[in-house]
Amino acid sequence: MVANWQPTAEISTLKRRAQYLADVRQFFAERSVLEVETPILSNAAPTAPYMDSFTTDYIPLASTRKQTYYLQTSPEFAMKRLLAASSGAIFQIARVFRNGEQGKFHSPEFTMLEWYRPGLSLNQLMDEVNTLVQQVFSLRQVSRLSYRGIFEFYLKINVLTCDFEQIKQCVYERIPSLANDLELSRDTCLELLMGHVIEPRLAAMNLPVFIYDFPASQAQLAIVKKDEAGNEVADRFELYIAGIEIANGYNELLDADVLHQRFSEDNRQRLSQSKSEMPMDDNLLAAMKSGIPECSGVALGFDRIVMLALNKTDIQSVQSFSLNLA
Amino acid sequence: MANYSTSEFKSGLKFMLDGDPCNILENELVKPGKGQAFNRVKFRNLKTGRVNERTFKSGDSVEGADVMEIDLEYSYTDGEFWYFMDPVSFEQHAADKTAITDVKNWLKEQYVYTVTQWNGTPLVVTAPNFVNLIVADTDPGLKGDTSGGGGKPATLETGAVVRVPLFIEIGELLRVDTRSGEYVERAKL
Repeated sequence: MVANWQPTAEISTLKRRAQYLADVRQFFAERSVLEVETPILSNAAPTAPYMDSFTTDYIPLASTRKQTYYLQTSPEFAMKRLLAASSGAIFQIARVFRNGEQGKFHSPEFTMLEWYRPGLSLNQLMDEVNTLVQQVFSLRQVSRLSYRGIFEFYLKINVLTCDFEQIKQCVYERIPSLANDLELSRDTCLELLMGHVIEPRLAAMNLPVFIYDFPASQAQLAIVKKDEAGNEVADRFELYIAGIEIANGYNELLDADVLHQRFSEDNRQRLSQSKSEMPMDDNLLAAMKSGIPECSGVALGFDRIVMLALNKTDIQSVQSFSLNLA
Repeated sequence: MANYSTSEFKSGLKFMLDGDPCNILENELVKPGKGQAFNRVKFRNLKTGRVNERTFKSGDSVEGADVMEIDLEYSYTDGEFWYFMDPVSFEQHAADKTAITDVKNWLKEQYVYTVTQWNGTPLVVTAPNFVNLIVADTDPGLKGDTSGGGGKPATLETGAVVRVPLFIEIGELLRVDTRSGEYVERAKL
């Protein structure tokens, strides 16, 4: 058999991709945001229950003592340590790795555009993402809808106040393809509704949208605040274009104790799924204790946005070589 | 039969769902950034022919279905079963009415059909793309009209009714496309 050495993407696509990279750098240069590079390898790893890191071994020369390193799933932790060291506004175009994730819009290795803006509110950061999306990628202006609002609009439920039974009922009514003996958490139910009901409608309307004020249980690394109705919400947003998740932004959590609690809770959840606990990033916790300036930050899937900007239908067609050809 | 995990899902995989053998048409990973992963699968139920969707938790597994496709020659029917023969081993396979529903109009002795078997029983019979069939009945042909314009219905030996040009007469052999059910040309006897 002849080896399939040919690239996954067309060369003309790779040229466009290179131009987008240059344009992104120009965009941040104009705003005096510093480009940084941080290590791909780390002693610690994210604890997120549904994220699996690649691991590798460091072996000192002439030694047999192996030391496990994790490949970054995002450059977040290292960049926050730079913020704590008074770097000011920073951005990075990073290779990131997520084990097991492969599909039309997933690749186990991809490029993340991530940036942090001390002093910018989450709203101001959404403005900046909106400008980037239009100016660099020539995509349409992005609307804004709250998480609660979009569920009310498409599913007629208030996800912040309704009980779990109501949500489950909605899931089985609206997603008939779901086997009905699955054990689902509240957040997983909401994610299923988002993926099976809301995303296809956003895609059909071709409506780019920021969804903000997530349920507090999905705070990840964002601050939890009260919305205008007095409900606890996570101060974060996601950018959806053509029904595809493109970016995830936070009003960054700055409290090391709360972060430690969330990491511990994540690890408990990992154990309950028979996954191994992840080593918490003590350096991040220490940096946070010493003080990270108030800031907002966002991670944007570069391959996905290039895919949309170039009207491609899968992520592999904007990557030089997909995993099976790597 | 082996079990298959969602990570092994791909189009063409035959698996059991609610007691029926199914064939995966599309498999898509659905996973929010930090959320739980699911596989959204579009499949054809090989018993009913219907296309449907199922969402699996990633990591779940399904039982494989013992489904095979073999080429068999049609022999005859006794009204209850339709008999197909393996041209090499001469082994006979009996297909029931449901299995031949889609090909009933195109069944002719000695043509080779693709038979999808599940646990050794014919499930679906698929016709070859083209078969030659004799015209059993049609209105008298219009001599001299070879334009092919217009057309008329003709009943073939299998009972199939196809639209044919006006010059076609009873007893002629026609080449028919079984996928569209359309007349292609006159065939030589």
